[in-house]
Amino acid sequence: MNPTRKRRLWLILALVAASGVAATLVTLALRENITYLYTPSQVYAGEATDQAVFRLGGMVAKQSLTREYGTLKVSFGVTDGDAVMTTHYDGILPDLFRENQAVIATGRREGDEFVATQILAKHDEQYMPREVALAMGKAHEKHEVPAAAQGAADKPGGY
Amino acid sequence: MLPELGLVSLLLALLLSLALSVLPLLGAHRGHGPWMATARPLAYAQLLMIAISYALLTWAFLQHDFSVAYVANNSNSLLPLEYRFTAVWSAHEGSLLLWVLLLALWTALVARFSRALPAPVVARVLAVMGMIGLGFLAFTVFTSNPFERLLPGAVDGRDMNPLLQDVGMIFHPPLLYIGYVGFAVAFAFAVAALIDGKVDAQWVRWSRPWTNVAWSFLTLGIALGSFWAYYELGWGGWWFWDPVENASFMPWLVGAALVHSQAVTEKRGNFRGWTMLLAIAAFSLSLLGAFLVRSGVLTSVHAFASDPDRGMFILIFLALVVGGSLLLYAIRAPKVETGKPFAATSRETFLLANNLLLTASAAMILLGTLYPLLAEALDLGKISVGPPYFGLLFILLMAPLVLLLPFGPLMRWQREDITQPMRWLAPWAALAAVAGVITFFAWPDGTAKTAFGIAGAVWILGGTARFMWQRMRSKGSRFTAEMTGMLLAHAGVAVFVAGVFITESTSIERDVAARAGDQFQLRGYEFRFEGVEKHPGPNYLADRGTVRVFRDGQPVAVMHPEKRAYLAGGQVMTEAALDGSLSRDLYVALGEPLDQSGGWALRLYVKPYIRLIWLGSLMMALGGFVVAFDKRFRRPVATP
Repeated sequence: MNPTRKRRLWLILALVAASGVAATLVTLALRENITYLYTPSQVYAGEATDQAVFRLGGMVAKQSLTREYGTLKVSFGVTDGDAVMTTHYDGILPDLFRENQAVIATGRREGDEFVATQILAKHDEQYMPREVALAMGKAHEKHEVPAAAQGAADKPGGY
Repeated sequence: MLPELGLVSLLLALLLSLALSVLPLLGAHRGHGPWMATARPLAYAQLLMIAISYALLTWAFLQHDFSVAYVANNSNSLLPLEYRFTAVWSAHEGSLLLWVLLLALWTALVARFSRALPAPVVARVLAVMGMIGLGFLAFTVFTSNPFERLLPGAVDGRDMNPLLQDVGMIFHPPLLYIGYVGFAVAFAFAVAALIDGKVDAQWVRWSRPWTNVAWSFLTLGIALGSFWAYYELGWGGWWFWDPVENASFMPWLVGAALVHSQAVTEKRGNFRGWTMLLAIAAFSLSLLGAFLVRSGVLTSVHAFASDPDRGMFILIFLALVVGGSLLLYAIRAPKVETGKPFAATSRETFLLANNLLLTASAAMILLGTLYPLLAEALDLGKISVGPPYFGLLFILLMAPLVLLLPFGPLMRWQREDITQPMRWLAPWAALAAVAGVITFFAWPDGTAKTAFGIAGAVWILGGTARFMWQRMRSKGSRFTAEMTGMLLAHAGVAVFVAGVFITESTSIERDVAARAGDQFQLRGYEFRFEGVEKHPGPNYLADRGTVRVFRDGQPVAVMHPEKRAYLAGGQVMTEAALDGSLSRDLYVALGEPLDQSGGWALRLYVKPYIRLIWLGSLMMALGGFVVAFDKRFRRPVATP
């Protein structure tokens, strides 16, 4: 083999090795850090059993917010219209958190309840996170209830 | 009447950009002088028309013209004067107009500062920029007209998004957009060279200062955005790996790679094809960023406006730009790499490593950002990719970059015995290791992470200083602006690395339930909560807390975090209180009232050296600017 070819061969080998390592790392990192979104009915139906940590999406149930006096501990119900899941959180709720508004809680299931480590309640009054709206729409479809949330999904963010 | 004039001048600008994208290009193709000469006047006229249109929209905001739908949606009669200027770009239509205005400004600047360039080159470059302008003007006029009337007019506006009513927001979007749009110049030079078929290194010399300036503005824009998120979103973090942040970070990384590869191509003639691809990629990623932010396909902290139709338009435009330029590249690109050969241990190799690491990071972020979309398309469920994915991989990819950085400038072009730079750098490596060990044991609450940060910073600073000393010692060599800029930017990387690692490893964050009179101890600071009072603002009513901070019994700061309820829209916003210095930030934010008896949730943070993150970014940006002013770029070009 002449030197040029030899160098090229080494270069190609190095590139292949590097992309192999990169692909492995990326796959591993993705697998570790992906969280799925479920609605309460999906969780109760057992769809989330293989996920240790997942995101629970839905609306904050009306009149469900309770606080433990003198601490930051709160609990509230997350509902998709069909099922309600009691959710516990120890921390400061975001500005846009309100009853009857969309919420996404990240955490794990404990028994029939959910313990959240992070609460997101973004977007303004008219807007529901698209993924929550879609997931809720699905839940409704299954029960042959007209999907009220679908309209909200297509609406631009109020601007 | 005036808003209609605004639309008319926008339509005129559209026609002018159409002329700009066709006439000069045909002229250059046929060697027709007068047609080529239309490029400059057309570029100036386009800028004038868009500027008029922009001024008229601003005027509508100043005059509270709520018969214009965009003004009615994004302003309010209570909105303070300074925010009526910035409200212009607070939502989709106006920010698009700002984007178009800045693009026209870049185009006019290229027209103005390209007198030394051959006429056909100028004609082609301006024509390509005209095409980009045409795309965005069409987008504005046909899908996002900011002058649309509301009939009947609203009595009062719905108010500007309160998140954006902030001083940081006055500068963040324009700076970011100047950067995004600025990559269009490098892109235009590359495409013009491809159209011409002369893919030598000449276009790179012409476009280098433009790329540097654009990249520097992007750096400033991102840094300011990060600072804004830090104190305005009320979470106290400085980077969230949010899709919108990623959208601005990808062009930044590729832009950083481009800045380096352009230097190689200009000086040595190597990496020609690669530099061209990077120029195309940097601008394409800017467009992708616009698509991700504007289309709302991703759920994000700041997806303020979203509309699938607009997303489709940008997606098609993106496909045209990327597809068109890559096709052109495939046909015209240099078939053979004609640069000078270089050995495995040469400066070229190290810059190649820099480029590979930076583009690999960009690719990794792209994958993580688009993965949820991909999974949804393949029906794999609704997923989100957590920040640890980005954090871990980014550190893995950047660690070798930090390690190799000091070698780059010390290596010779083409060939070098690597033992020489190693000998030069060995004492600095030792010093970095010692600094790391000392940090590990002596830094208050320092961890291995702190130690790595300090060691990395000392290593880069030392290596950069070693290079500087060497240049000063050797006779007859002066410090060019290019070299000074590089030193400044590399030192900025060191400062940034130190800031990130110290903050990430030693910050203290505590959320507490507090009532008036409660005291909390955090890292030697005593926070005394004195309660919350009502406090009226110009267009909001605030709950204003008072927190006194003491250290060793001495008062350090009195802080007033606020919770604002905006009168017009009813939104509630957290306004954190900061007491900042170079060595530490004290950060207090009001959470929510916990009960009727004056109990509040409070966030209390102590963040050591977080300011270094933005100081480092500022140094990198300044470095980029300094390089752009190197005299070499302004020397007239010798005709070949």
